[in-house]
Amino acid sequence: MALVIGGVEFTSRLIVGTGKYKTNQVMIDAIRASEAEMVTVAVRRVDLDRTKEEAILHHLSPSEFFLLANTAGCYTADDAVRYARLARAAGFNEFVKLEVIGDEATLLPDVAATLVAARTLSSEGFKVMAYTNDDLVTALRLEDAGCVAVMPLASPIGSGLGVVNPYFIREIKRRLDVPVIVDAGVGTASDACVTMEQGVDGVLMNTALAAADDPVRMAHAMRHAVVAGRLAYLAGRMPAREIAVPSSPTRGMLD
Amino acid sequence: MRLTEETMRIRLNGKEREVQGGHTVRSLLDALELQPGMVVVELNRDILERDRYADVPVHEGDSIELVHFVGGG
Repeated sequence: MALVIGGVEFTSRLIVGTGKYKTNQVMIDAIRASEAEMVTVAVRRVDLDRTKEEAILHHLSPSEFFLLANTAGCYTADDAVRYARLARAAGFNEFVKLEVIGDEATLLPDVAATLVAARTLSSEGFKVMAYTNDDLVTALRLEDAGCVAVMPLASPIGSGLGVVNPYFIREIKRRLDVPVIVDAGVGTASDACVTMEQGVDGVLMNTALAAADDPVRMAHAMRHAVVAGRLAYLAGRMPAREIAVPSSPTRGMLD
Repeated sequence: MRLTEETMRIRLNGKEREVQGGHTVRSLLDALELQPGMVVVELNRDILERDRYADVPVHEGDSIELVHFVGGG
């Protein structure tokens, strides 16, 4: 079954970033290998000295991928709203990955500012996908604010620590009606699989691919892991128990 | 609009810059060899729609931000 975010249907449950790749060719190869349809981009000043060709649209076709602009790097609601408006003016879609950082060391979100920005942007017709921490109440408030998806972190951005609090992720998924996408913290394929096994609708990652020794191979692994985790969730796992139970019949043994 | 001999000072992407007088936003982008479809222009904190680039003059003291999409997560 497809994932629907803000009225747009996606086959893939994996969303990937475009930052920090060693070369643009590796980036595009990895993104294609991931089979992600939605990819995130950042809004920045044009480098007028042109030391390098940095415009992502020279490498990434908007007809091949659904561009999700982020407000990464913003520390206030006002800044995030400004960046979102600039992104929308680029003319691709109304979606924005809202991110308001509250702490430089951990890059944890400022949830109060995120809520303020989410309300403003939603009222302006944006389809807001909000990056947040793994706090249920904040997630509920973001849904109330009109966000089309709520995106709790697995662990801090770029940390690769995997899901540090699967219980809270499950609880957020249980309580929200809008899609829940786990954004940030996935380090390797097993993390992506465990994330999807919590029942969430999707996972967003960047560094796990970009910083792998072989990003293209890791992208293949992540694609499989996300599908595997989703299938395992839908299949319904057996109960875990701390005793052994034999798989073969205990009757019919020879004397 | 026609470019003049005189120059004017504007603030472009946070830096003071001297440009020829008589520019429109469109001619300024051309002078910077930027494709209008690849950038978003913010003029004195207001976003400028693309179809207005050729009509909007650049004035002495204007603050202009030229942004685009780059790689990010």
